Amino acid sequence: MTVRLQREDFDVAAEVAALTRARNDVGAVVTFTGVCRGTEDGEPIAALTLEHYPDMAEAEIARHVAEAESRWALLGVTVIHRYGRLAPGDNIVLVVTASSHRQDAFAAAEFLMDYLKTRAPFWKQVERAGATDWVEAKETDDNRAERWTRRNEAAE
Amino acid sequence: MKIRYFAWVRERIGKSEEELDPPAGVATVNDLIAWLARRGEEYAYAFENPRVIRAAIDRTHVRPDAAIAGAGEIAFFPPMTGG
Repeated sequence: MTVRLQREDFDVAAEVAALTRARNDVGAVVTFTGVCRGTEDGEPIAALTLEHYPDMAEAEIARHVAEAESRWALLGVTVIHRYGRLAPGDNIVLVVTASSHRQDAFAAAEFLMDYLKTRAPFWKQVERAGATDWVEAKETDDNRAERWTRRNEAAE
Repeated sequence: MKIRYFAWVRERIGKSEEELDPPAGVATVNDLIAWLARRGEEYAYAFENPRVIRAAIDRTHVRPDAAIAGAGEIAFFPPMTGG
């Protein structure tokens, strides 16, 4: 498991290579890259600033990666979340999951993103024409994260 | 104990952290929010709608009824918007 919080950009190809290098059991790698949009609620934005709670963010993400590893047959997981000021088009977050077969890699990547949206202590502030606003949490994101809990309970 | 604030909670209070020693009757996260809200206008503004405030004790998410006894660090923040 690799979890990194950083200001700098990341290299998707290098992170994929790091998970597949020197092994021949990986049959599927799923990558999700979250990118800073140029608009928020239909209005153009100048930048996005991500604030985070450093110690907690790392621990919280690691907890969810460990949960993903216990639920699916994963051969490697990398999560990188950037913080600081980002411009439209900049990368924000990367999730890479490696598995022998695609189903587990897809499911784990989606699970991790749904949890990152609602549980990882990061807050987005939008900058537009001199004014700043905090992005409001979306109920749809809560619902997406919640369905993993319901599915889990239903299986028990 | 150390109290930390993030995002608009931090902006409204005007500081990112402080050392506070709440009185004995302050037993839960909700009690602490109510006690903080009485410390001044900026706190009252930050905690005007306690239902939207999220809390963590020692870097783990907790519910509003969680006991704060023994906590080293308590953080208050709005719903998260990462990813």
